[in-house]
Amino acid sequence: MIDLSINFAGIKSPNPFWLASAPPTNSGYQIMKAFEAGWGGAVWKTLGVPVVNVSSRYGSVNYRNTRMMGFNNIELITDRPLADNLREIEEVKKYFPDHAVIASLMVESKKEWHQIIKDVENAGADGIELNFGCPHGMCERGMGSAVGQEPEVLKLIVEWVKEAAKIPVITKLSPNISDIIDPGFAAFQGGTDAISLINTIKSIVGIDLDTYAPFPIVDGKGTNGGYCGPAVKPIAMHMIRELAQHPEISKVPISGIGGIETWRDVVEFILLGATSVQVCTAVMHYGFSIVREMETGLRQFMDDKGYNTIYDFAGKALPNITEWKHLNLKHKVIAEINAEKCIGCDLCYIACDDGAHQAISLPKEADNRIPSIIEENCVGCNLCALVCPVEDCITMVKKDDGTQHITWEERTLADDVPVTFDDDRAGGKGHYVPKPTDALK
Amino acid sequence: MAEYKKPTSEKEFQKNFKQKKPLMNATEAYYEASRCLFCYDAPCVQACPTHIDIPLFIKQIHTDNVTGSAKTIFDSNWLGNACGVVCPTGVLCEGACVYNHQDVPPIQIGRLQNYATNSVIKASKEIFKIGVPNGKKVAIIGAGPAGIACACELRTMGYTADIFEAKDKPSGLTVYGIAPYKITNEEVLKEVEYLQDQLGFHIKYNSEITTKKELQQLENEYDAVFLGVGLGKTASLNLEGEDKKGVIGAVEFIEELRMKHHKIDVPKKVVVIGGGNTAMDAASEAARMGARKTVLAYRRSKDEMGAYGFEYDLAISAGVDSLFNATPIAIVGNGKVGGVKFAKTEMVDGKLQTNMNNVFVVRCDLVIKATGQAKQGSFYQLIDDLDIDAKTRVVVSEDTFQTSNPNYFAGGDAINGGAEVVNAAHDGKMAAQGIHVWLNK
Repeated sequence: MIDLSINFAGIKSPNPFWLASAPPTNSGYQIMKAFEAGWGGAVWKTLGVPVVNVSSRYGSVNYRNTRMMGFNNIELITDRPLADNLREIEEVKKYFPDHAVIASLMVESKKEWHQIIKDVENAGADGIELNFGCPHGMCERGMGSAVGQEPEVLKLIVEWVKEAAKIPVITKLSPNISDIIDPGFAAFQGGTDAISLINTIKSIVGIDLDTYAPFPIVDGKGTNGGYCGPAVKPIAMHMIRELAQHPEISKVPISGIGGIETWRDVVEFILLGATSVQVCTAVMHYGFSIVREMETGLRQFMDDKGYNTIYDFAGKALPNITEWKHLNLKHKVIAEINAEKCIGCDLCYIACDDGAHQAISLPKEADNRIPSIIEENCVGCNLCALVCPVEDCITMVKKDDGTQHITWEERTLADDVPVTFDDDRAGGKGHYVPKPTDALK
Repeated sequence: MAEYKKPTSEKEFQKNFKQKKPLMNATEAYYEASRCLFCYDAPCVQACPTHIDIPLFIKQIHTDNVTGSAKTIFDSNWLGNACGVVCPTGVLCEGACVYNHQDVPPIQIGRLQNYATNSVIKASKEIFKIGVPNGKKVAIIGAGPAGIACACELRTMGYTADIFEAKDKPSGLTVYGIAPYKITNEEVLKEVEYLQDQLGFHIKYNSEITTKKELQQLENEYDAVFLGVGLGKTASLNLEGEDKKGVIGAVEFIEELRMKHHKIDVPKKVVVIGGGNTAMDAASEAARMGARKTVLAYRRSKDEMGAYGFEYDLAISAGVDSLFNATPIAIVGNGKVGGVKFAKTEMVDGKLQTNMNNVFVVRCDLVIKATGQAKQGSFYQLIDDLDIDAKTRVVVSEDTFQTSNPNYFAGGDAINGGAEVVNAAHDGKMAAQGIHVWLNK
């Protein structure tokens, strides 16, 4: 019997699908609608001293026929009075007592933090999320990512919050740093109950080629926005992995955020150790009903794999994610082209010849376009399989017998690594490359 | 099976002759362009007689460089706009698209091509440059696609190009002979006007060259002559009763239809004789003009027809009936056509035999002979030392399109016996280059 419910640092939710603090959680109306649609929790649009927003707030990166592959915004925290938000939190909790309502907060002084924590607790919030990530506007005022980028300040504010909070505290981190461990560890040391990440990435999504202004354009000017959407997912996954593998930080649960749109994304984030997921862009694109696909897909996956709860597989990918120096240098794969499936676009040929290792040849006959792998040149880089538009046409076939295993670290310890500029132990030594002038033929 | 009401107004005519490849809108073009795989050494380019860089122009549409896209197209094919819709793309570029091997619909290359070129034509965007005048002059006989293409190419190299055209409109069969559901007169003429506005070649209408004296005058006044004379009127079948009222050649029928639209009267019963693409067009057109019964009669079997399968299918879908293995032996009727007397045919020892014991009459009010156009043999005799092959085609050098009389170059139907607009466009362009090389020896 599959049970999707979670207990995230003490915050209970009927499922791991939460709305991230963002425009979709701006009001009680939206959150009630979301809960009706199937979302288990929502992180309220960040509360604080209400702001004044600009008109023209979002920008998009479209790729081929996909709109909003990447998305950015220059919207600030809530511009609605705190009292209105608190009243609506209370109302939502009255209708949905078992759903998770988390108040995202961003204020400046310790006094303000203590006051607003009391306010949201009184309104019935199940948890608090500290917005240390907003990379536009608020950071200029010393809040948002300005805090996320200063581990000492971050830790101090977490401590202030923890002094006052009776409900669980989630610290939301900014990815606009050089090492996510620094703010992650600061939050941990400050006593946070959980961590969520990533907030948006500083970005410029495009320049208007007539006015030379960046999108979104506000009266001829623009500013950096916060980047999110499917494009940022790989960055988010890496940062989650770093925290989830950290011996200390991993003691607190992680709520994963960043480009989640489908059940596959959800499963991947959970495999990396996230035990709740937060979604914004997908909802801004498709509406709340997108959760239907996530939930049915997650259930199907769990059913297929025999899992009852998400904790059964949370973090299962982590043991397989290691450092480069621990990878087996004896592993060998070679591309194989299925001539039956090949449609003759020859993208693999040109990708390999121009962009990789010159390991694919074309037939000489004019009417044959099926390429073939030059096995001795193939380094098993995967590029051909990645560019091939036909599913399972090019596969990477294991060629080593699995008996040998040696890593860079082991070779280093054994003093068996290249050390001079012309070292015989270099990997490319003796590997075929065409003569430069062959290019001119 | 479609049944068409006899059109009595231009609106009804347009309805019956709805464009098969309507102009794409920007969104459709964007999405369709996004599907292109950008194949290496793309098969579509190889399949195009003019070798347009198709992946490039499609990519340019997708990146909103539609002007650049049109330029890519016109760089290879001066009749790029017309060819986009009149080319039999299913057996050329689109037939070669690798998606066909995946049972995925091929890219709609023709319509994309038409979209790109149409956008610059509509905007009267200047994209061509006339060459620096070199003081040399070329006379072009025939303003069909071959002649127009030759003139355009010559202008870019600085030649004066004067076209002598027998009729009062440019572009030959593109305007006079293509089925109206493939392209409108307006669209054909606009492209020529667009080219002429920028490139400044001259067309002398109603100026048929018919005498040796006129040719000698051209030879004296011009540095070279290009023959883009196409083919002649529909050839005679030498049938009993062929001179009756109500017997018309397909070329003449289509020309009248294109010029007069709903104002021509197609009677209730029509017999079309022939098995080529022109026969299919004529039958389709008769049906669309409201003929109650249109019979397409071919003396051999269906499989032996010269027409493309899709053209036959189009005729059948317009409500045309087919009659195979029947050869006409006489046109019957009192003064005017009353029917066609056929004899069944059969293959005996690989030879087509007429069985005069199996003779029958198909009643009709109009007979359209689509049995091929007469060759311009008597015209060619006016030119000294002009080699003509057994099929009365002008013999040219493969690379330069120069005839056996070095002052003359030729292209289009005159050299291939009747092919596509795209072949003529290619010939004309290549002949211009041949002329350039020859005059600069």
